[in-house]
Amino acid sequence: MNTAFILSSSLAIHAAIIANEADIESLDRAIGDGDHYINMKRGSEVVAGMYNELLPLPADEVLNKIGMKLLSTIGGASGPLFASFFMSMAKTLKQNGHETPLEIAAAFAAGVQAIMQRGKAQAGEKTMLDVLIPVSTTFTTCAASNKTLIETCKALKQAADTGLESTRNMIATKGRASGLGERAIGHLDAGAKSCQVMVHTVCELIIKDNSK
Amino acid sequence: MKKFVNNVDNMLTESLSGFAAAHHDLVSLHLDPAFITRKTIAQNKVAIISGGGSGHEPLHAGYIGYGMLDAACPGQVFTSPTPDQMLAAAEAVHAGKGVLFIVKNYAGDVMNFEMATEMLPFEHATVLTSDDCAVINSTYTTGRRGVAGTVIVEKCVGSLAETGSDLAACKALGDKVNSRTASIGVALTICTVPAAGRPTFDINETEIEMGVGIHGEPGRRREAMREADLIVKDMIEAILADLKPAKGSEALLLINGLGATPLMELYLIYHTAAQLLIDVGIKVERSLVGNYTTAIDMAGASITLCLLDEEIKQHWDSPVHTAGLRWGK
Repeated sequence: MNTAFILSSSLAIHAAIIANEADIESLDRAIGDGDHYINMKRGSEVVAGMYNELLPLPADEVLNKIGMKLLSTIGGASGPLFASFFMSMAKTLKQNGHETPLEIAAAFAAGVQAIMQRGKAQAGEKTMLDVLIPVSTTFTTCAASNKTLIETCKALKQAADTGLESTRNMIATKGRASGLGERAIGHLDAGAKSCQVMVHTVCELIIKDNSK
Repeated sequence: MKKFVNNVDNMLTESLSGFAAAHHDLVSLHLDPAFITRKTIAQNKVAIISGGGSGHEPLHAGYIGYGMLDAACPGQVFTSPTPDQMLAAAEAVHAGKGVLFIVKNYAGDVMNFEMATEMLPFEHATVLTSDDCAVINSTYTTGRRGVAGTVIVEKCVGSLAETGSDLAACKALGDKVNSRTASIGVALTICTVPAAGRPTFDINETEIEMGVGIHGEPGRRREAMREADLIVKDMIEAILADLKPAKGSEALLLINGLGATPLMELYLIYHTAAQLLIDVGIKVERSLVGNYTTAIDMAGASITLCLLDEEIKQHWDSPVHTAGLRWGK
């Protein structure tokens, strides 16, 4: 993983969040409090705006700076959760290296673990983790079985889609819809949706780069 | 959306600047990161700091001043403030006796304050307010939300802190007030977050949202609109079922407007609520009626009952000098 890739991902994510405004917002309006899209937009915008500042730095430092910036910019629950993800990912990359798919998958898993700890949440609670946990597991499996980058990315997109869809029939026990009980059934979780969008965006970038 | 706004992105800063100018005798505004402190930093007391998303005014900045808060951190509308704001506020008002954070129990607020306390070099403690009894099965959720009862917690803890009591005592009183307080809200219309530009969800003329939160998040259930007495009766029953007060208990009754309900209606609610409490043997010894914890422009109200004891009564009655509450000095 290198700095140029992280930075082009950040620009693509910012564009993808804006492109998915209607979907993300209508989900949050249905079972949330209406601020999720605004927060995701503010967060992705500020990261995209760090491009020149981050360009000369190594990948782990880039991720750490992104985490710290998100912590002081987004607020809400998304701020600490995404900050924990990036800062923890940065730490693991720095310790273990960031060359092989296995190393990157391990860093991603550490990031997801940090979200679980900060949010005191598990899979099955109708949150972003219902996308991120299966994506992380799939990433590790693909990396361990030497799948190609394109195969891996296709599998990750599929895992994100399945994970997002799984939130539809969940009762929320954590996160924005947790006050609603059975009223949340039938709606996808907005946080899971924005994570699915981000996973798709990064994977498509990799597929495009490797299909040339 | 029809609001007084120049540019949505500048709305919060412009509003905070206006607040600071209007109450320049009481507060100082700091930006980047944003926090508000008392004009004169108090010495030799536990520093009481609160904060949360904006849109609940006068909560929290309106309660900065003698007898209540030392500082507040305003987040974006309905969005928790960030740890750097909390750290900067703590740095500014810390007076050697520790910092007590009063935090409404929402996942975002809890996580941001938690990350701040992990980095804070001072002695600190946190009171989590969770007075909203609308969410029935609390084992199913992140826990009960902190709503208008937070004002009572801030008032009582602020009063105790002025006497020079230590951090542990301030936290204990905050926890006690919170445990003796229950609230429930009802929405007639749903608020519009300025940056979103339209109401958070739809509700028609014949419906109300019972148990609504202070961000317009859906509550217990959608119900049919009906006459006020019947709505208030259901709300009081929910509170009594939660607090289970003994006959003869003394209580503070707070009728809180959510932003777009006139005082005339709030007093009408008070009239019914107080009578219902008297009917079941509760002595309504203290009262507060007005807009104290709002949800931008939501029409609706919340009812909060706090069971008093001598200590809570004393700290409720003690002098307070803030933009939002002022008496006895």
